[in-house]
Amino acid sequence: MAHKIRLKKVTIVGERVLYDDLIDLLKRHHVSGWTAKNVIGEGSRGVHASDWEGSNTQIYTLVTEQIADAIMDEIAALYFENWSVVVYSQDVEVLRGNKYQAQ
Amino acid sequence: MLILQHLLRMQLLLDNILTPVVLCFLLGMVAKWIKSDLALPEPIYQGLSIYLLLAIGLKGGSALSATPAMVFMKPAIATLVIGLVSPVIAYYFLRWIGKRSQIDAAAVAAHYGSVSVVTYLAAVEAVKRSGLASEEYLPALVALLEVPGIIVALLFVRTDGANSWSKALHEVITGKSIVLLLGGLFIGALCGSDKLVDVQPFFGAAFKGALCIFLLELGLVAGKRLKDAGKAGMRLLMCGILLPPLLGTLGVIAGLLSGMSPGGSAILGAMAGSASYIAAPAAVRIALPQANPAYYLTLALGITFPFNLALGIPLYLKTSQLFSLWLTKSA
Repeated sequence: MAHKIRLKKVTIVGERVLYDDLIDLLKRHHVSGWTAKNVIGEGSRGVHASDWEGSNTQIYTLVTEQIADAIMDEIAALYFENWSVVVYSQDVEVLRGNKYQAQ
Repeated sequence: MLILQHLLRMQLLLDNILTPVVLCFLLGMVAKWIKSDLALPEPIYQGLSIYLLLAIGLKGGSALSATPAMVFMKPAIATLVIGLVSPVIAYYFLRWIGKRSQIDAAAVAAHYGSVSVVTYLAAVEAVKRSGLASEEYLPALVALLEVPGIIVALLFVRTDGANSWSKALHEVITGKSIVLLLGGLFIGALCGSDKLVDVQPFFGAAFKGALCIFLLELGLVAGKRLKDAGKAGMRLLMCGILLPPLLGTLGVIAGLLSGMSPGGSAILGAMAGSASYIAAPAAVRIALPQANPAYYLTLALGITFPFNLALGIPLYLKTSQLFSLWLTKSA
C-alpha cells in the first residue's frame, strides 16, 4: 500500500520576462523543486511584450498548503496589477511526502 | 517630361520594395492576413536572431580594426547624440500629438531611442543597390545606438524603486542583442578579416537567405500587430508615420556633419528613424509594467518598421544625397 501525502500543486502562468523573478520568489519560499515549460495562450489582457519574444512560461511546484498560500499571496501582491499572470493551486497526492517539506 | 520623372521615382520606390527580403516580409503579413497556419518555430527564430546579430558584429569588428580611431570618433559621437536626442523628441511627440500618458510616452520613446537591427540591414542593402558606398564600421554604431536611448526615455518616469531600474538596466546591457553585437565586434576586431575567412561561408554567404526567413517571421508578427493598428486610432498612427522621417532626417544630418559618406549617412538616418523591437520591449516591460505594450509594439512593429522598409529608407537616401550636394556647394 503506497503511503501517500496530501500536498498542493501551485501553477503559475505568466509572461516570460518574469521567469527569473518567479523562480527567485519560489526559492524565497524554500520550495524543494519546480518544473517549467513554455506555453502559449490568450487571456483577458491580450497583447503583452512576451508576444514578441515568444511564449509564456508555466511553472509548477509541489508544496504544503501553508507555503502554497504564501506564494499565491505574494504573487497576487506583486504582479496582478500590471502583468499577465495567473496562479492557482490544486490538491495532489504524492509519494515520499517528506521530500517536499520546507527545509 | 514630368510624367517620366514621376515614373522614374516610382521605379526607385519599387526597386526598394521588390527585393527578396522585403517581399518575404510581405509574404509573412499576407500569410497572417489569410490566416495561414504558417508559423516559424520559436527555436528557429531565436537561432536566426543569434546568427544575424553575431554576423553583423563580426563584419563590423573586422572593418573597425582597419579603421583609424580618428575617422571613427566623430560618427561615434554623432550616434551617441542621436541616442540622447531622439527619445526626447519621441517623448514630447507622443505627449503632444499622440496624447498619451507620461508612462506610455516614455515607453514608446525608449523604442524610438533604440535601433532596429533589421531596418539597419535593409538600409545597407538599399544603399548598396543604389550604387553608393557606405562605411564598413557601421555595425559598431548600431551597438552604440542600442542602449542610451532606452535609458534616457526611462528617465522621464520616476519608477517606484531602484529595483526595477537596475533590473531594466541589466536587461538592456546584458540582453542578447548587445552581448552578441559587442561580442561579435570584439571577435571581429581581434581576428581581423584574414582569420574571419574561415567562417565566411557560414556567416557571409548564407546571411541574406537567413535574413529572408527572419523577415518572414517579422511579417507574421507585424501582420498580427497591424490588426491592432486600426484600433490604435489616428493619433498613434500619425506618430508612427511622422516620427521616422523626423528622426531619420536628424540622423542623416548628424551623419553628414560628422563626415560620413552620403550612403553611410542615409543608413545612420534609417537607424535613427527606426524603432527597436528586440532590446527595448523586454527592458520597457520590466521597467514600466504599467505602460500598455499594445502601443509600443504596434507602433514599432506594425507601423514604423513597414513604413521604413517601404518608404523611409528611399526617403533617407534621397535626403542624404540632397543634403550632401547642398553641403558641398555651400562649402
